[in-house]
Amino acid sequence: MSQSNENAAASSTMEVSDEVAIQINNMNKWYGDFHVLKDINLTVNRGERIVVCGPSGSGKSTLIRCINRLEEHQKGDIIVDGTELSSDLKNIDKIRSEVGMCFQHFNLFPHLTILENCTLAPIWVRKTPKKEAEEIAMHFLEKVKIPEQALKYPGQLSGGQQQRVAIARSLCMKPRIMLFDEPTSALDPEMIAEVLDTMIELAEEGMTMICVTHEMGFARKVANRVIFMDAGQIVEQNEPEEFFNNPQSERTQLFLSQILGH
Amino acid sequence: MSSEPYVRTEMLSEQPAPLGQTGILRWMRENLFSTIPNAIISTLAFLFVVLILSKLLPWVLQPSWNSESISMCNDDPNITGACWGVIRTRFNQLMFGFYPSELQWRPIVTFIMMLVAIAPVLFDKLPRKMLAFSAIYPFLAVWLLWGGSIWGPIMAFAGFPIGFFANKYLKDVTGELAAMIIAVLATIIWWLYGASLVSGALASVIPLGITAVKSSDFGGLMLSITIGVSGIALSLPIGVVLALGRQSDMFIIKILSVGFIEFIRGVPLITLLFVASVLLNFFLPPGTNFDLILRVIIMVTIFASAYMAEVIRGGLAGLPTGQYEAADALGLDYWQSMRLIIMPQALKISIPGIVGTFIGLFKDTTLVSLIGLLDPVGLIVTIQGTIEWNGIVWELYMFIALMFWVFTFSMSRYSMYLENKLKTTH
Repeated sequence: MSQSNENAAASSTMEVSDEVAIQINNMNKWYGDFHVLKDINLTVNRGERIVVCGPSGSGKSTLIRCINRLEEHQKGDIIVDGTELSSDLKNIDKIRSEVGMCFQHFNLFPHLTILENCTLAPIWVRKTPKKEAEEIAMHFLEKVKIPEQALKYPGQLSGGQQQRVAIARSLCMKPRIMLFDEPTSALDPEMIAEVLDTMIELAEEGMTMICVTHEMGFARKVANRVIFMDAGQIVEQNEPEEFFNNPQSERTQLFLSQILGH
Repeated sequence: MSSEPYVRTEMLSEQPAPLGQTGILRWMRENLFSTIPNAIISTLAFLFVVLILSKLLPWVLQPSWNSESISMCNDDPNITGACWGVIRTRFNQLMFGFYPSELQWRPIVTFIMMLVAIAPVLFDKLPRKMLAFSAIYPFLAVWLLWGGSIWGPIMAFAGFPIGFFANKYLKDVTGELAAMIIAVLATIIWWLYGASLVSGALASVIPLGITAVKSSDFGGLMLSITIGVSGIALSLPIGVVLALGRQSDMFIIKILSVGFIEFIRGVPLITLLFVASVLLNFFLPPGTNFDLILRVIIMVTIFASAYMAEVIRGGLAGLPTGQYEAADALGLDYWQSMRLIIMPQALKISIPGIVGTFIGLFKDTTLVSLIGLLDPVGLIVTIQGTIEWNGIVWELYMFIALMFWVFTFSMSRYSMYLENKLKTTH
């Protein structure tokens, strides 16, 4: 525990390389006639930990879902790890296998055991031999501290445990980038901490992360950039200290006063 | 109560439930006689059951097993009800129709082998190697039932390795999609033209075979099982494909699936059967001998698969979109995510509907009596037409109902077992 505190204290020195992991240029998206994302420009370097926040309906989930093409953008480019997202299915599958994602509602596969949830994609997508895939899975389940649940089914686990399994499941694909879509929003307060601890540990290991979350404590602790979105646009982005202590735009100030007010 | 501050120093341990929560008397008190109206209803229902049984049982329990004809029953003062002799004397016919009696071991062996073949499909605890037998069983069954040269079924089976190897070796040359299409085409062409040529040639060189039996000799329960089991085995995979087609993003595939499903569901089965028995002869080139039982199996299958598709679509609709997204996000391609994630769950949700469709299909096989096939119901008319059994009605219907009930009830019990087994939340 003390070690992880030390690491957390050293978070500002966690390395960020110059290599670009995700490049988004003038990206626009519409749902029918509704303009959800407007002119998004964003560059994420390898090793960066970015927290995206904003009121609901501001397009933050849509933004990260565009990065692994769960949503299709209509204008602009998204380049992930040097591969451009287009309608070419090969590119999409390649990017998806390199980008891990955790959802608000975990989305574990209820008909498979925890272990099978974790080994499925490595076996079928990466063609890893079953035995090796199981070893990798157990390694990551130990990392998220639930190896003893490996043979249970998702329905038998608590929400926090399920979300940690979901993180382990993504990690088993050895992703270079992790996306988190409000990973703690569906959890009881007691369970939020265990999921955040796992995410902090991941950040300390230098994983490139984009998290949509309202956990401002988490943002302060590990993020090296906070992005505030409203009405489909990036309104403000800054280092966490500056962002929280000295927000520039009025909209950000209002948002922060609302969520930090209590 | 005092409002003193209170701190619990030890947590309570779990206790067993109080005794006396079980026992027949307690159960009756709670479930049958809990209130006065409840007690009245229970008593009335009990009296009703007694009344029915008091009328039915004396009619059923008659010493008529050995009678040879309906007149023997009528003349015997001891027999005042059912004349069961008809079941004994005509049992063979009710089971096998006019299948030659010296060859009847063949349907029996086929039936026993069927139980072996479906066992590993139904119970996943059995060794997976048994599935190899399940794969060759359909060809073996066709050969045993219809007889003839052994080369026919072997060459038909050879279609699968042909398709498999065509796909395997062409994949590197032409790309995956083209290889798959060519493989499917090669298999179909083989079945339509190659198989009969090669098997005919082989049969003339090495005549290995057993006595052939004509389709028109098939009948009885054996016919119902043949049609029913083939229909069941074929309609599920076709239904899955149609359900996926209906959900597809590809416009043409979607339209074709919707059109097929809605057309077939809008037509009564009996119409399709008449098309099979009468109309197809007008459309097929003269001289084509396209087996009637095969035509009926095809019609029953497409009818059931349209319903199956709708049942499975219900299961697909019941899945949260998160499951599709999670499968996509992990990089699984369409077929992988359907096969590994979506279908297992959708089929599990649809089990009651699927088994319902199976049961419906099995019972609907009795409709073939209307196009002249001698299934058990069709045989009733035949048996009633004989001098010995002219005028017999209820005994035959009851016996046939019982035979069908045994099959449909086992299906429904199996579906309950399966639902229980697949329950992963406790």
